[in-house]
Amino acid sequence: MSARNSDKQYGWVAIVLHWFMAPAIIGMFALGWWMRQLSYYDPWYRQGPELHKGIGILLLGLLLFRLLWKLANPSPAAAANTPRWQALAARAAHGVIYLLLLAIMCSGYLISTADGRPIDVFGWFSVPATIQGFANQEDIAGEIHEILAWTLMALVALHALAALKHHFFDRDATLRRMLGLRTKAASSDNHSQTRATLSSVTATTTK
Amino acid sequence: MKQLAVFLFAALLGATAQAAEYKIDTKGAHAFIQFRIKHLGYSWLYGRFDDFDGSFFYDDKAPEKSTVNVNIDVTSLNSNHAERDKHLRSPDFLDTAKFPSASFKSTGFEPLGDGKAKLSGELTLRGVTKPITIDVTNIGGGKDPWGGYRQGFSGTTEFELKDFGIDYNLGPASQKIEMILDIEGVKI
Repeated sequence: MSARNSDKQYGWVAIVLHWFMAPAIIGMFALGWWMRQLSYYDPWYRQGPELHKGIGILLLGLLLFRLLWKLANPSPAAAANTPRWQALAARAAHGVIYLLLLAIMCSGYLISTADGRPIDVFGWFSVPATIQGFANQEDIAGEIHEILAWTLMALVALHALAALKHHFFDRDATLRRMLGLRTKAASSDNHSQTRATLSSVTATTTK
Repeated sequence: MKQLAVFLFAALLGATAQAAEYKIDTKGAHAFIQFRIKHLGYSWLYGRFDDFDGSFFYDDKAPEKSTVNVNIDVTSLNSNHAERDKHLRSPDFLDTAKFPSASFKSTGFEPLGDGKAKLSGELTLRGVTKPITIDVTNIGGGKDPWGGYRQGFSGTTEFELKDFGIDYNLGPASQKIEMILDIEGVKI
């Protein structure tokens, strides 16, 4: 499998990034939710937030790399039988997911660095504070962090349901190609025929 | 000898003050509302409220007539740690979204001599109003170098967190909080 995307297939870099970040992000949501209910004497009262902040910074690094990779690679086209509005909606959802991730990570950073303290990443390195000193910065950033995190999870659920719909109802290659599985449609004549028919249909309708 | 002279001079100035209303000098930050609570029973943790305002009435001839009113912006809590401040403002502690302000209104002032007094009043915090007593010391008073007239006090009090509806478990050594109040007023 190629590292780079083609207009039909995801390369392994995009696939690894997707499946590494997806559980990490959902796990971060769960960790963030759980760590806030811990009692003061819980051993995780300190470790939970330390873990959340460290992973958050690492995920920010991965996200920036992922966005650069996305810009430098073609995006595989929507499955051939996908209605245009669905293809557009999927694109928009992907874009919003990236934006939400970026905003969630930035707002999280602004909570912990509001008083000028750096964020320590597992004793490996630390990220210094930059923007600080807004009145109640940690509270405002905290509100934003929480609201956007819930919004993201709603979109993630929609994204996963849409992938399952493609797989089980439309029976197309959308999910298989993100799993790195060889897609029947991509290699068979059947698929190119469908595409040809479709493009001729589009051609006639545009005339 | 010099100290005595300063004292007599100050006393003389004081005598000219008489009854007056004072505005608490928050503008020049010569007033501090601080608290401290034990951390695990091992040390004292200090914090303060940065924004508040208030005034007091003081008559050095009749100190028993003294009154005090203070309003505190609870969201201005500052314990020098953003993550902790965020937690202290949350519903686990002060719930500042629901109860953004606290206030103290005096109900009595009992001079004990030697500049000391017992100030009683009602503290409203987290939507709960309860009577508290503050041990007060008059630190000093007199003319300032810029044409004003000032009077300053120091006070301490303590209460149980649960008295004001805070039941987050910080451990057995951290049930009580101490308030350390230092205010300087400028004569209006």
